[in-house]
Amino acid sequence: MSYTPHTPEEIAHMLRTVQAESVDDLFASIPLPLRSVGALKLPPPESEQSLLRSFAQLAGQNESADRVPSFLGAGAYHHFIPSAVSALASRGEFLTAYTPYQAEVSQGTLQAIFEFQTVICQLTGLDIANASLYDGASATAEAVLLALRATRKRRVYVSQGLHPHYLEVLRTYTAQLDIELESLPLGSDGRTLVTDLREDTAAVLIQQPNFFGCIEELNTVSETTHAAGALLLTSTSEPLALALLKPPGAVGVDVACGEAQSFGVPLGFGGPYVGFMAARSKLVRQLPGRLVGETVDKDGRRAFVMTLTTREQHIRRERATSNICTNQGLCALRVVIYLALLGKHGLRHLARVNLSLAEFTKQQLREIGCEPVYTGPTFNEFALRVPELEQRLSKLAPNELHPGLRLDTYDAARRDQLLVCTTEMNSRADVAKLVEALRL
Amino acid sequence: MSGPGRSGLLFDESTLFERSRPGRTGVQVEPLPASVPLIDPQAIWGAEHVRDDIEGFPELSEFDVVRHFTRISQWNLGIDSAAYPLGSCTMKYNPKLNEVVAALAGFQSLHPLAPDEATQGILALGHALEQALIEISGLDRVTLQPAAGAQGEFVGMQLVQAYHRAHGGASRNEVIIPDTAHGTNPASAALSGMQVVEVKSGPDGTLTPEALAAVVGPRTSALMLTNPNTLGIFEHHVQDLANVIHEAGGLVYLDGANMNALLGVAKPGDMGVDVMHFNLHKTFSTPHGGGGPGSGPVAVRNLLAPYLPTPIIRKEGDRYRLDHEFPHSIGRVHAFYGNVGMWIRALAYIRSLGGTGLGEVTQMAVLNANYLLERLREHYGTAQTGRVMHECVLTDKLQQEHHVSTADIGKRLMDHGFHPPTIYFPLVIAGALMIEPTETESLDSLDGLADSLIAIAQEAKTDPEHVRAAPHRTFVRRVDEVRAARKPKLRWTPPERE
Repeated sequence: MSYTPHTPEEIAHMLRTVQAESVDDLFASIPLPLRSVGALKLPPPESEQSLLRSFAQLAGQNESADRVPSFLGAGAYHHFIPSAVSALASRGEFLTAYTPYQAEVSQGTLQAIFEFQTVICQLTGLDIANASLYDGASATAEAVLLALRATRKRRVYVSQGLHPHYLEVLRTYTAQLDIELESLPLGSDGRTLVTDLREDTAAVLIQQPNFFGCIEELNTVSETTHAAGALLLTSTSEPLALALLKPPGAVGVDVACGEAQSFGVPLGFGGPYVGFMAARSKLVRQLPGRLVGETVDKDGRRAFVMTLTTREQHIRRERATSNICTNQGLCALRVVIYLALLGKHGLRHLARVNLSLAEFTKQQLREIGCEPVYTGPTFNEFALRVPELEQRLSKLAPNELHPGLRLDTYDAARRDQLLVCTTEMNSRADVAKLVEALRL
Repeated sequence: MSGPGRSGLLFDESTLFERSRPGRTGVQVEPLPASVPLIDPQAIWGAEHVRDDIEGFPELSEFDVVRHFTRISQWNLGIDSAAYPLGSCTMKYNPKLNEVVAALAGFQSLHPLAPDEATQGILALGHALEQALIEISGLDRVTLQPAAGAQGEFVGMQLVQAYHRAHGGASRNEVIIPDTAHGTNPASAALSGMQVVEVKSGPDGTLTPEALAAVVGPRTSALMLTNPNTLGIFEHHVQDLANVIHEAGGLVYLDGANMNALLGVAKPGDMGVDVMHFNLHKTFSTPHGGGGPGSGPVAVRNLLAPYLPTPIIRKEGDRYRLDHEFPHSIGRVHAFYGNVGMWIRALAYIRSLGGTGLGEVTQMAVLNANYLLERLREHYGTAQTGRVMHECVLTDKLQQEHHVSTADIGKRLMDHGFHPPTIYFPLVIAGALMIEPTETESLDSLDGLADSLIAIAQEAKTDPEHVRAAPHRTFVRRVDEVRAARKPKLRWTPPERE
C-alpha cells in the first residue's frame, strides 16, 4: 500500500521544476557518510486485507474485558460507551484537525473544548478547567507543580491513598526539584489522616475516591490545609463518583484533577486516556496546558479561541507553566460527547447503579468470609481481604475471570488483599462467578 | 478566486448548555439485575458527602447531541477536507484502516492491569513497533511510554541526567538549544530542572561546530537538536556537532518532529545522536485529533537503556511480559504504558508501507516541499537560498510595503480553501510562514495551494484591505484574541450569573 499519489509523469514534471535530475539529488545536503544504503529492514508491505487479518489475530490473543468477566479497576474503568460517541468523534472534521491555532477554521474543536472545560467545572464545582492533560497521573504531577509555583513553598503531603502509579509519575516529575514529598497514612476507615502540617507546606494531595475505593472526608482536611497556608489538591481516577459526591470545589479543594477515561474512552490497554484539571479562578495564570475562551469575531458574533497562551511553551519557552503541547484533544471530545448523552440524570443514575452493584458484591463476598480491608464507605471499588488469596487465584485461567487487582503488587504487606471494582458492565452472573472463584 | 474553497450552508449551533431542556436524556442506563437493590448514596456515605444536583449540566436527547456535534464539526477544517500545510506538524493523510484496527475489541476493551498471559497480543504489537523504531532510528532501545513529543523530550532529558549522575556528572545541568528550536525543547529542559543555553544558528540557518564549541563546558549536559531543523534544512555539520558535545562529556538529543524527512534516507544513530523522540502522530500518520492524543516514543543508545521508564516489554522465547524490576529507571511518566491506541495505528501504517514504502514517503515529502518552494520563490521572501527537506519557510517581506502581514496571508488562504501554514515560527525568521505539504498531497493539490498563495501575493498589491480583512468565507470572521485574553471567559455560565 502506498499513500503517495504521485504518478511517474508528475514526478518527472516536479523534478524539472525544481531543476533536479533525480529525487536522490534533493538529498544532496545530507553528507554521504550519513546516507542510508538500501531500504529500511522492515517486514514487507502488507495489503489492507492482509493487515486486517493479522491485526485481528493479534487482538484475538488478548483476553479483553468484552470476553472475560473483569473486576479490574484501579485507574482504568470498564464502562459502557454509547454508539454515538465513536460515531461523532470519528468524524474527519474532528479527527484530522490539529490544535486549533487558527480559530476561524477550528470553531468546532474550540467550542467542544469550551464545553469540555465547562462540564469539568460543573462536575468539580470549580471555576476554571483546562483543555486536557495526558492522563490522570501526569495531571496529578502537574497539579503539584502548580501548587509549588503558586505558593513558592517546598513541602507536599501525599496521601497513601494515591494510586501508586500516580505517585511514581509524581516522583519522576519532581525528581530534580528541591522539595519534600511526605506521606500521609490512612486510618482504619481507609481515610487519610491529616495532622500537623509544617509551615513550608505547598500542598496536600488526596485521591477522591482513593485508590482503595474509600470516600475521603475533605472538609476537615481542607481546614487543616488552608490553616497551614497550603493548597488542597484532589486527584480522581473514577470521576463517575463526582456525579454523586459533594463537588471538590464545595469542600474547599483548590485544584481538582484526575483521569476522565471513565467518560466514553475505552480501556484500550491504558491509553490514550485524558487528564483533567480544574481550579479556583485565582490560579488561572498558573494552569498548565491549553485554555479556550469565549470572545467575538469581527462582526460581533460569538466565537471561541485559545487564550492566555503566554503561559505556554510556544510563547514563553523555558519559563512556561508546563512543556505540554499536544494533549488529548480527541479523548476530551469523547468525554464531552459522552457526558452530553448521559446528561445530568443519566450520569447520576449510572453512578447509583455502580454504587449499588458494588455494595451488593461486597455483601456477597462478606458471606463467604471476605471482609473489606477498610471500614469506611466506598463507591464502585473496594479493597477486600481474601484469606489464602494466592491459592484461590492459582486455580483461575487468564481467560476465565479477572477477579481484581492483587494489592501485594505494590505493597508486600498487603498479601491477601484484592482491589475489586464493579461497573454496569458486570452482570449478576459475573458476580456469582467472582464469588465462586473466591470461595475456598 | 483560485483554490477549492466555496461558500456553503452552515448551521448556527448554541452550546450544549443552552440547548439543554430539563428532563431530556440521551441514554438508557443498563438496569440493575433484579436481585440487586438500588441504593441511595446518602444511606451509605452520609448526607454531608452527597450532592443533590450537577448544576447546569446538559440534558439532551441522543439526536440533540448528534446534531450538535455534527453541526459544530462542520465549522472545522481537517486534512480529510483540505490541504493542511501546517509546518512542523506533518499533517499527512490518516489512513482509515488504522482506525479500524485500533477499534478491534481485543485492543479497545483490554484492561491495562490484566495479567501478562491475557495481553500477549498487545505486548507483541508493542514489541514489533519498538523493533521498527529501532531500525528507523539506528539506535538500540525504545520506550513507547511518552504520551506526546513534549513528554518524550522530558523523558529524554531525565535519561540524560540519570546517565550523568551515574557517571560523576551530577553538576552537568546545561542544555544547549539552537535558536530555531521548538518551544517545547526549552520548556522540557526547564521541567527537568536544567538551564537552557541558547546558541545562534549560522548564516545558512544551520548550527556550526564553532558556535557550539563556544558554549560547551564542564556543565554541558546535552545538545537538543532538531534535524532537519525548523527551517527545513539538514544540519549538515551534525557529526561534528556530536563530536563537540561528546568531547565535552555531553550527550546529543534529537527532536524527531521532522523524521518525515529522514525515513530510509539517514538514521539518527549514524549521526551521533544518543537519544531522540518520535512523534507517531506526525511521521506515522496517527490522527491529530484536534490537539492529540499524540505519542512520543523515545529511542536510545544502550548507554541510556538502564534508565528507561518502567515498565518495559520483554520478549522471552515467544512470550512477552512487562518488566517492572528496573532499578535504575527514571520511573514512570504515564499511569500505564502510554497512548497504546496510537501504537496500533502507527504499526499498521509501518506494516502497510514496509521499508520501501517508508522511503518513498520521505522522497515524496521532500519533492513536494521543494516543488512548492520553487513555485513560490518569486512571490514571497524565503528563508532558504537552496533546496529544502520536507518543509520550507516563506516570509511576508514582499508584502510588508502593502501593509499585509503573515497573519493576513494565512487568514486569506482560508478563503481559498486551505488551512494556513504555521505562522511566525521559527522565531528567528521575521514573519515566517512555515509550509509542510507532506507526501500525501498530490501535484494538483500543491498547484492549487501555490496558485492561491500567488493570487494572495498579487491581491496584497491590488487590494490589500481585502487581504487584511480576511477571512471572508469562514463560519466566523477574524476572531478577537485580545478581548478573549483581557476578560477571560473560560466556561459557560447561565445568563443570570453573568
